[in-house]
Amino acid sequence: MTAKDKERILLAHGGGGRLTDALIRHNIAPRFRNAALDELTDAAKLDLSTTKICFTTDSYVVKPIFFRGGDIGKLAVCGTVNDLAVSGARPVAMSLGLIIEEGFEMESFERILDSIALAAHQAGVAIVTGDTKVVDAGSADQIFINTAGIGERLSGIELGFGKIRPGDHILLSGTIGDHGMTIVSQRTDIGFQSPLQSDCAALSPLTMSLLESVPGIRFMRDPTRGGLAATLNEISGSAGVSIEIVESHIPVSLAVRGAADVLGFDVLDIANEGKFVAVVSPESADAALKVCRAHPLGKHAAIIGQVKDAGEGAVVEMVTVIGGRRIVQMPYGRELPRIC
Amino acid sequence: MLDRISKAQETIEEAGHKLGRRINIMEVCGTHTVAIFRHGIKSTLGSHIRLISGPGCPVCVTDSSYIDTVLAIAERPEVLVATYGDMIRVPGKNSSLEAVRARRGNVTIVLSAVDAVELARRNPDKTVVFVAVGFETTTPATAVAVQEAKAQGITNFTIYSAHKLVVPAMDALLGTMNTSIDAFLCPGHVSVIIGSDAYTPVVTKYGKPCVVAGFEPLQIVEGLAEICRILASGKPQVASVYQAAVTPAGNATAWALVNKYFRPADGYWRGVGLIPQSTLVLRDEYDQFDTLKRLGVTESRAVEHTPCRCGEVLCGLIEPPQCVLFGNKCTPDTPVGPCMVSSEGSCAAWYKYARVRRPQS
Repeated sequence: MTAKDKERILLAHGGGGRLTDALIRHNIAPRFRNAALDELTDAAKLDLSTTKICFTTDSYVVKPIFFRGGDIGKLAVCGTVNDLAVSGARPVAMSLGLIIEEGFEMESFERILDSIALAAHQAGVAIVTGDTKVVDAGSADQIFINTAGIGERLSGIELGFGKIRPGDHILLSGTIGDHGMTIVSQRTDIGFQSPLQSDCAALSPLTMSLLESVPGIRFMRDPTRGGLAATLNEISGSAGVSIEIVESHIPVSLAVRGAADVLGFDVLDIANEGKFVAVVSPESADAALKVCRAHPLGKHAAIIGQVKDAGEGAVVEMVTVIGGRRIVQMPYGRELPRIC
Repeated sequence: MLDRISKAQETIEEAGHKLGRRINIMEVCGTHTVAIFRHGIKSTLGSHIRLISGPGCPVCVTDSSYIDTVLAIAERPEVLVATYGDMIRVPGKNSSLEAVRARRGNVTIVLSAVDAVELARRNPDKTVVFVAVGFETTTPATAVAVQEAKAQGITNFTIYSAHKLVVPAMDALLGTMNTSIDAFLCPGHVSVIIGSDAYTPVVTKYGKPCVVAGFEPLQIVEGLAEICRILASGKPQVASVYQAAVTPAGNATAWALVNKYFRPADGYWRGVGLIPQSTLVLRDEYDQFDTLKRLGVTESRAVEHTPCRCGEVLCGLIEPPQCVLFGNKCTPDTPVGPCMVSSEGSCAAWYKYARVRRPQS
């Protein structure tokens, strides 16, 4: 093997032999040290403090793999953590499945691993088990990541569509569209001068503090693919309620608004990776907003609307900046492939 | 902003009372259609104005014969097709560029016409066919691409032009197709190129006001108010509420470039039919860049037999929900007609922003 070969991932790195063993022992495992992983057994042994858990899985195929504000590794950790966080759980452990294209640069691979380690550390979640596969050049695009995550449900917290009532408030934890517009602008090479940056972040510190300090949180969801429009429609459809939002209350950065206008996107349809929507009882809305705004992840939080009785049929409607009304539809989902 | 909206609403209200009837205003441009829906503008106008969406979405008005010809050309082994993204899903008789791309991989989405020239430069053994659609806003970019290809000596770049002109379509609408139109809200970006004076013949011939507006909600509402004010005054004229960007003469440099390479010809509009002098074709001296002439292909004219009523939608004769296919067989996921394919199509905008409430499950 030449020095140059060492700099790239080879098919043999996924073959199960010595190269695989070396990759796991020298490059991967040392970055994620914890008791469950260090033994490198076939399955991780976990001691949980409760039998009430949340379990989730997700795959990450974002293109480009490095983007302003994050990379595929950070996204994989944050995405998994956020699914647990908005379900009312404290993220505890996750798995890491790596599918790597033959020829992928080792330097990029290690950068992604470092990013995963940092994000997991910050979110307080342990990478306890994993898998590495290498596929022929062309059979994957650089690197794909699959994860599963386990979280311990916070005691006394029950979130669900069934708890949502007309009169509840819709809280949004911050600006929308940052992740999706960043990916689009980097992919289309449009080279916006404006400071677009993905909002990719683990939400668990904020969601746990919110759930622990404010009663009356009915439901939470992170508006990823399909954006705020999809999340609100899911809530409306599943809870059988209408939702009215006020356009002027929805926080959107100038950079995102400008880029969305230029490219003809509706900011409501654009993906986020570090935001959540919470349905909150009217009595708790002020307190919930206060907790969010006091936290760095929620400093632009706002109450953007209200749950209404479904009347003639469940619908999401928006009062626009000029005082008009229009329906907010579920996006079709074809505008943007591979954003996460 | 809300002050100015209120003032515009008052103007509309006063004009409505004075005229004592509903005012039919056609927004010619698809970008206006989407902005009107996105901002819920119809809901702010009261009962005096009826907004009619016109034939201003370039994807929607591209004739099916053109699409079928592009699809036939795309089957040729030596051809690489370069197209704007919004054309890729438009259904032809049996297929779409999206299906061809999946099967043959020779269809590339470009963001500008010049990218198609670059594609030709990188693939000297192929013939690049640029699917040149759009109104006066995109035509200058195609002209620049032809100019670039000529300057760089790139001989394997060709264009298949379906470029359209807005004013002849307005003329045709008022002449025969939809005489109920009282006035036009004219598109800001097209007018930047052609200038507001370009609408003077419409006003002179038919006595219908033409007002240019940008795409911000305030611009649109103020444009509609200006139309109402002019109608109430009884003195039809061309006006603009978008003076920051639109001049009476337009962008003479860009238009001179278009005229250098293109000439007007009679052209087919999907669902509408033949409109005299409404399309732009390459001048004879630039035959070498003309796809049909280079490949020896002729456009086959076929009459569409489909219950799709996009033609009537495009002329403002019916609203999308009046078509039996709308929302059933024809949705953005399974479009039958072009007005549902393009995000700027009337049917797609209607479906996305104004579709009726879903029934409770």
